[in-house]
Amino acid sequence: MAEIQLKSLAHSYSDMPEGPDDYAIRQLDHVWHKGGAYALLGPSGCGKSTMLNIISGLVQPSEGEVLFDGKRVNELSPRDRNIAQVFQFPVIYDSMTVYDNLAFPLKNNKVPASKIKARVHEIAEVLEIQDKLYKKAKNLTADEKQKVSMGRGLVREDVTAILFDEPLTVIDPQLKWKLRRKLKQIHEQFDITMVYVTHDQLEASTFADKIAVMYGGQIVQFGTPTELFEQPNHTFVGFFIGSPGMNLIEVQRCARGVCFGNTNVSLEPWQVDVLQRTRSTNIKIGIRPEFVEVSSVASDDTFEAEVMDVEDLGTYKIVTVQLDHEKMKVRESEDFAASIGSRVYLSFPKQWLKLYMDEFLVQEQD
Amino acid sequence: MQKVQNNKAWWLVLPVFLLVAFSALIPLMTVVNYSVQDIFGPGQAFFVGTEWFKEVLTNERLQDSLIRQFIFSGAVLLIQIPLGIGVALMMPKSGIKGSLCLILLAIPLLIPWNVVGTIWQIFARGDIGLFGWGINQLGFDYNYTGDTLDAWLTVLLMDVWHWTPLVALLCYSGLRAIPEAFYQAAEIDRASKWAVFRYIQLPRLKSVLIIAVLLRFMDSFMIYIEPFVLTGGGPGSSTTFLSQTLTTMAIGQFDLGRAAAFSLIYFLIVLLISWLFFTAITHADKEK
Repeated sequence: MAEIQLKSLAHSYSDMPEGPDDYAIRQLDHVWHKGGAYALLGPSGCGKSTMLNIISGLVQPSEGEVLFDGKRVNELSPRDRNIAQVFQFPVIYDSMTVYDNLAFPLKNNKVPASKIKARVHEIAEVLEIQDKLYKKAKNLTADEKQKVSMGRGLVREDVTAILFDEPLTVIDPQLKWKLRRKLKQIHEQFDITMVYVTHDQLEASTFADKIAVMYGGQIVQFGTPTELFEQPNHTFVGFFIGSPGMNLIEVQRCARGVCFGNTNVSLEPWQVDVLQRTRSTNIKIGIRPEFVEVSSVASDDTFEAEVMDVEDLGTYKIVTVQLDHEKMKVRESEDFAASIGSRVYLSFPKQWLKLYMDEFLVQEQD
Repeated sequence: MQKVQNNKAWWLVLPVFLLVAFSALIPLMTVVNYSVQDIFGPGQAFFVGTEWFKEVLTNERLQDSLIRQFIFSGAVLLIQIPLGIGVALMMPKSGIKGSLCLILLAIPLLIPWNVVGTIWQIFARGDIGLFGWGINQLGFDYNYTGDTLDAWLTVLLMDVWHWTPLVALLCYSGLRAIPEAFYQAAEIDRASKWAVFRYIQLPRLKSVLIIAVLLRFMDSFMIYIEPFVLTGGGPGSSTTFLSQTLTTMAIGQFDLGRAAAFSLIYFLIVLLISWLFFTAITHADKEK
């Protein structure tokens, strides 16, 4: 077990990177603390797997350092880093039985035979594959194979960390949920540093204490699921987390706030302050669909909007409204009654209205 | 819907049927025909039943030749299969070096059989051949035309030189087909080089190895031209393999009936052993 630190890490798959677009990972610093359960969340192609492979040593970073407990490990092979990794698609040794598959990493580590037996049975029990132990691994179904693949990652006790690269992709939803809980239990039981790569926010938040959101080769936010939801640090986090994602509207500077079309939105004085001091023209405001308040009567700081669409999702409704030329989503309870085409009045509570400049959140300075 | 009874489509099989008939069935039946008759000349044929078969099975010359043939094919497989796997494992995975290795390996395969025999016949000579001369200079008394063991070693060496590349190329293609993920997983599981070979590479080479073993067995079991050119089957009859014995019988002695019976037995032996190999390997790891 160790603390994993990434120091000004960057990676490009081309030998002669020319611009930032050639980089899979752009200059980042990050620390995965000892014994934490982390998720690395991001869309496909954002550099998640590259980062994982750099930590495990399968890929050599083109720039920067990987430190385990403060010691540089760039030059060490995965073997010497003592890291376990579970891949997206099951990798099993198909000439062996399930038992031998699970025992393989232990045998390679010269663990005594009695210990191997106990450990393999323990892991098989956790993954509920005890009855398959003496079957040939190649005759298993896809999700059993993935369990075996996962078991090989979990079987060693002395690992620095366990890395999961979207390990539940091939598994059906029912079992997915169960296995995620299992992983969480294993984490609580053995207290090993775990990093879990996924593009599914639900998966990330059920597994991890803290989530790192990656976008365009950078970690744009690292925080608890609540932080990611309430304080998205970057427009991408706002858009990617939550369903539907945050409403983001491009705006211009105006007196006492920002405006778009004929709509004026007033902001907090400190926000206006920051706006006046900078020159950037990439300004957006964002508010989550959950936090937009809708009423049927106008008042001082409401905006008139038209209901464009109502989707009933059973336990709640997603309402699409048009304010000026911008479409917004609003999450409402089942008793929302306004029909399509009718007028409603929106208000944006100040604490939930976020201001973004150059895609990053403008935060209050103390 | 009413089903129309029309079997005219069978005519479409006719060309294939004719092709197979003329290329395989009719020649084979000719051999069968010869094997049950004693033919002295046109119009002078006598039906002899299974006499030729009985004769052939008890013929000592043929039995000796059959034993030699088994030893030779066994040695070929024992040397060429492991060696081919080894060569394939050592070859560069890609790039210009990989291509260069492939070309170098393929060269022996492109040389006609009788040229291979001629090359080695000269190469291994003690007086003017580099190989034979070199061995003699090292102090060994080497002479493949006079010494049985030397003749055997030379024939084997020639076959290894000629055909190991085939095994190596097959294995190389098999190795390249293993997804990188397996090596990554093995690396993560801290597998030794031997464990990677034993549990990842070898199991995944199985299908190409079946092909390699079958091809090398059949080819070596039917070897003719190379030893014929190199040693002429000598010294004595020490390197006379089955097909040479057969040829001598059929063409040299014009003993068509006996040769035909023997051909059929020869064919059945190749078929039987190939089938045994194939079933043994494919059933080896079926779950009990």
